[in-house]
Amino acid sequence: MRARDEAEIVACMPGLRRYARGLTGDRDRADDLVQDTLERAWARFSLWQRRGDLRAWLFGIMHNHFIDRLRAQRSRPQDAAGGEIAELPQRAMQADRLELRDLDRSLQRLPAEQREVLLLVGVEELSYREVALALGVPIGTVMSRLSRGRERLRIELQGREGIEPAVAKMQLVK
Amino acid sequence: MTMDDTPFPAAREAASGAPVAEADLHAYVDRQLSPARRGEVEMFLSIRPDDLERVCDWQKQNDMMRGLLGPAVDERLPLRLALRPEASSWPWRSVAAGVLVAVASAAPAWSVRGWLDAAAMRVALAVPATADAELAGFAHRAAVAHVVYSPDMRRPVEVGAEQEQALVTWLTRRMGAAVHPPALSLLGYELIGGRLLPGDKGPVAQFMYGSASGQRLTLYVTREIAGQDTAFRFAKDGPVNVFYWVEDGFGYAISAGTNRDELLKVSQEVYRQLKPA
Repeated sequence: MRARDEAEIVACMPGLRRYARGLTGDRDRADDLVQDTLERAWARFSLWQRRGDLRAWLFGIMHNHFIDRLRAQRSRPQDAAGGEIAELPQRAMQADRLELRDLDRSLQRLPAEQREVLLLVGVEELSYREVALALGVPIGTVMSRLSRGRERLRIELQGREGIEPAVAKMQLVK
Repeated sequence: MTMDDTPFPAAREAASGAPVAEADLHAYVDRQLSPARRGEVEMFLSIRPDDLERVCDWQKQNDMMRGLLGPAVDERLPLRLALRPEASSWPWRSVAAGVLVAVASAAPAWSVRGWLDAAAMRVALAVPATADAELAGFAHRAAVAHVVYSPDMRRPVEVGAEQEQALVTWLTRRMGAAVHPPALSLLGYELIGGRLLPGDKGPVAQFMYGSASGQRLTLYVTREIAGQDTAFRFAKDGPVNVFYWVEDGFGYAISAGTNRDELLKVSQEVYRQLKPA
């Protein structure tokens, strides 16, 4: 493995880390995901051989690990929703921070497949083609997940305005 | 326009003049349209307030998500992510894990990102093809380590100079031989501190120095170079100059962005101080 390849992977790490945080909404779980992705990337690098976009390849590895973890989590339901409530701050926060907190929770309530697309497109600024490559789905599927995710997030965020958080949560969680 | 659940047929950008579809509105928000198509979508939105509102909401979602997640890039990685040299089947892997820490803690990370990429590539190309491969590899790792850690203003070292004795004890224990940072104050460089890095075969010590003008200089010390003592060798590319040599089983490399003459002066002083009595 050449230093140049290594430098390219390292250059993708800030984005991978940010993406993992958005996916999991939790620092520790995000770092676990980054670690798994990094290890797999090093181990599999010879298989990649520049056949495509490196960033899409790395996000694809992270996608696979994320899906694996989701499945494992579902078999242990007591863990699935843990942490979120406890992480809420007790002291008063400024409005824009609260808004971000709302966004974080709304994001975590989106179906994982929609959250992935929203983050890859909106934050990591991958092209739709790259997202399709990373997730291993047709580009039309990327677009429909993007559309549904954005609309659902829009409704959630609008629905929160002027409503007490606890009440909003009850209304919005199915 | 309708918001139904059918996948978009548009796999690529619609031809100029084609009706504006929802896929175009998303691509407009995500800046994935050609300027011509972008203009057409703007025309469309100028007479469709409902769609315009939705597009603005989507833009705001992107902005908010970036605001929410942007700080994650600057947070420090926990040590468990960084230090796994014993599991390495490939010498660069552990170094790269260390590099990951540096990138994640470099501020602002996004500006460092492209620079690091480019710098590491230039350094990679600077390894002289004629030099002994092992020696060149060691000088190369020293240069990469310099490039990676010296711009980190928040945490360029693991142990600061104020704990120099602890630093020496720690590095000596880990390296298995006495390792002291030379004093370079007379040349205008104060010790900032040091860190332990994974090398090709064993641990490597890196000492960092800074001048009053903010110039950073690193001394990289390794025991993994077998073989003969060598004279000073010089490698250079782009921003990083490196002098390196082998003496009594230790490999030394001094890296900095300063000019060759200045760096040679420092190297001679380091050599003088580190040479076994």
